[in-house]
Amino acid sequence: MKISGAQMVCEAINLESVDFVFGYPGGAIMNVYDEIYKQDGFKHILTRHEQAAVHAADAYARVSGKVGVAMVTSGPGFTNAVTGIATAYTDSTPLVVISGQVPLALIGTDGFQEVDAVGISRSCTKHNYLVNDINELPRILKEAFYIAKSGRPGPVLVDIPKDITSEIAEFKYPDSVNIPTYKPSYNGNNRQIKKAVDAILEAKKPLLYIGGGTVLSNAYQDVREFATLTGIPAVETLMARGVMGDSNELLIGMLGMHGSYAANMAMSEADLIISLGARFDDRVTGKLSEFAKYADIIHIDIDPANIGKIVDVDYPIVGDVRTVVEKITDSIKDKIKPQRYEVWRDILKRYNEVHPLTFEDSNDVIKPQWAIKRVGELIGEKATITSDVGQHQMWAAQFYPFDRPRQWINSGGLGTMGFGLPAAIGAKVADSEKIVVNVTGDGSILMNVQELVTASEYKIPVINVILNNHFLGMVRQWQTFFYDKRYSETDLSYQPNWKKLAEACGGIGYDVTTKEEFDAAIKDSIEKNQVSFVNVAVDRFENVLPMVPAGGALYNMMLEYKER
Amino acid sequence: MQKVRRVISVVVQNEAQVLARVSGLFAGRGYNIDSLTVASIPNSDMSHITIVTRGSQRVIEQITKQLHKIIPVYKVVEHSSMVEKEMVLIKFPLNENVNIANIQALFEAYNGSIVNASDKMIIAMAADESKRIDHCVEAASIYKPIEVVRSGVVAMERQ
Ligand SMILES: Cc1ncc(C[n+]2csc(CCOP(=O)(O)OP(=O)(O)O)c2C)c(N)n1
Repeated sequence: MKISGAQMVCEAINLESVDFVFGYPGGAIMNVYDEIYKQDGFKHILTRHEQAAVHAADAYARVSGKVGVAMVTSGPGFTNAVTGIATAYTDSTPLVVISGQVPLALIGTDGFQEVDAVGISRSCTKHNYLVNDINELPRILKEAFYIAKSGRPGPVLVDIPKDITSEIAEFKYPDSVNIPTYKPSYNGNNRQIKKAVDAILEAKKPLLYIGGGTVLSNAYQDVREFATLTGIPAVETLMARGVMGDSNELLIGMLGMHGSYAANMAMSEADLIISLGARFDDRVTGKLSEFAKYADIIHIDIDPANIGKIVDVDYPIVGDVRTVVEKITDSIKDKIKPQRYEVWRDILKRYNEVHPLTFEDSNDVIKPQWAIKRVGELIGEKATITSDVGQHQMWAAQFYPFDRPRQWINSGGLGTMGFGLPAAIGAKVADSEKIVVNVTGDGSILMNVQELVTASEYKIPVINVILNNHFLGMVRQWQTFFYDKRYSETDLSYQPNWKKLAEACGGIGYDVTTKEEFDAAIKDSIEKNQVSFVNVAVDRFENVLPMVPAGGALYNMMLEYKER
Repeated sequence: MQKVRRVISVVVQNEAQVLARVSGLFAGRGYNIDSLTVASIPNSDMSHITIVTRGSQRVIEQITKQLHKIIPVYKVVEHSSMVEKEMVLIKFPLNENVNIANIQALFEAYNGSIVNASDKMIIAMAADESKRIDHCVEAASIYKPIEVVRSGVVAMERQ
């Protein structure tokens, strides 16, 4: 079959069973958009900014487990997409980004809307291609999808010069890929696994340290089963919230800078850390020389480069979390009783009783933590929660009762403000049965606020709960703690009219100052089934606690803030 | 942690961007490059990149692992002891102070010779281990060289 390059792109997307593509057209990608118009496979969602297209595709991938696809034009279209690509890269999301490029003959001439897309994206993509021969396009598209989703997932850019999209050539989409230089290993070395099993059998205070890789490898049931079978308690990273499930007694909590006291103490006192798809991020470890000082470390990760990068590892296992956990479970099944760690679990339970995650509620003003808990009570497991970046993100991670992985979608690694609303759109498109709530701040929401229009146009009802503190709250908190309250450029007292803003874009707005109004707004918003802003006036000076000050040891947590 | 010198030999698929991917990795992650050489491997679609770097044990390990992650990288060899050689070309002015026979003798000591001569200058070449090339360059300095060009290291596993 002879078809054009533009048709090849559409064919490949359909053959990969991607049902939604997010994008924004422009000169260099117009041939592809012409084919999108003609085809009746995937649906295209026109976001109002390329960054948002990539975030939406990213969240679509995180919720569905499929590869997300975003499409942009050359030059500014591509550079707008870079923040989205970097966000996906840091959180290992499988993504294929198709960008238009100036015609081959113009490359290198500083042509109109020419930028070196592969050069710019080299360090924030898993791999990228500049197509320079139509005959290679089918193979490249196939490889792009394969590389994006295999091994440690990540975004792959395919940059296609305009003339290649109009050229005609034979199209046969390959059934399989053969990249001799790329062979991810999934199985884990059996000898290493055996050693790890022996270490687990020896340990007195073992701890599961669960990271985002567990979500990516769809391992949550295996991990829960392993934990139940052995009675080994678990802590979750920001990226892994939902893996154990909120009601699971073995879940001690989230660890890290704003993790719970008990989770961080568990890390500090354990004698064996079993790391599952986690990468020892600095927001998790705190001061490295004090991190997990008494523990041997089993590190299970599909990316060998993660192992031994930050901490020395005693039992390195390169492999897929799910496959390796299955193997470990198999060989440990009959050898271990959950009673063995009862004392250890009691210690951790006690820590949770002494210093639980908590806040002081008020009847005069809505506390942001209350709002999160309330959404949990009102919607619970029926919700997919997305978030932006800042205090609201941490409170959502701390206080929402997550039941399952892929329920919590946030930019954990890059911390990209502006992620939340487009991510909510992608999340809703991927699983429309769920009620999608974007927990956001009055700073972050403005960074992709134009997506209100997208949500209205396509009738994608997402609820944006704006925890409005009239501050860039997280930065303000650092200024309070570490900069003697010099609130340099963080006061957001000058505000838009949120209700009118939502309405102007075809949504609904609610201004909320009391708990009753909050409940009413959430309920009404669910009922009306329309994109909404729930603008919640919250306590301006609330701080996210507890906190491990940057560079401090995990066990040295600031549990409360005392006015000096 | 103590820094060590390492020669890393990388076999890559011959394709656009591959050198940029490798050198960009070093730049982006703050790794050091002492020297870098590239040449295609005969009768194949692969190239050989040899990099001399310096770093703590942890950094060296990261470098090899990160190199492995680059999709068109086929093989990464990192050994503390490889057979390694470097070449140097040195240009000397010809005048009454210069004794060609002495220069010839010097370069012979470093597996080299005089490779070009004109009425105004001569060019000598040496090929040896990097450390010995350092010595050679130092020894040659008394003849007031006009230009020194080193090739960077190429290396091969012993086994
Ligand atoms: C794109 C981007 N710019 C700047 C920052 C730095 N930053 C982190 S949190 C934050 C404040 C966010 O304020 P807001 O969205 O109102 O949330 P709050 O902390 O008040 O809940 C800023 C500016 C960032 N993470 N991302």
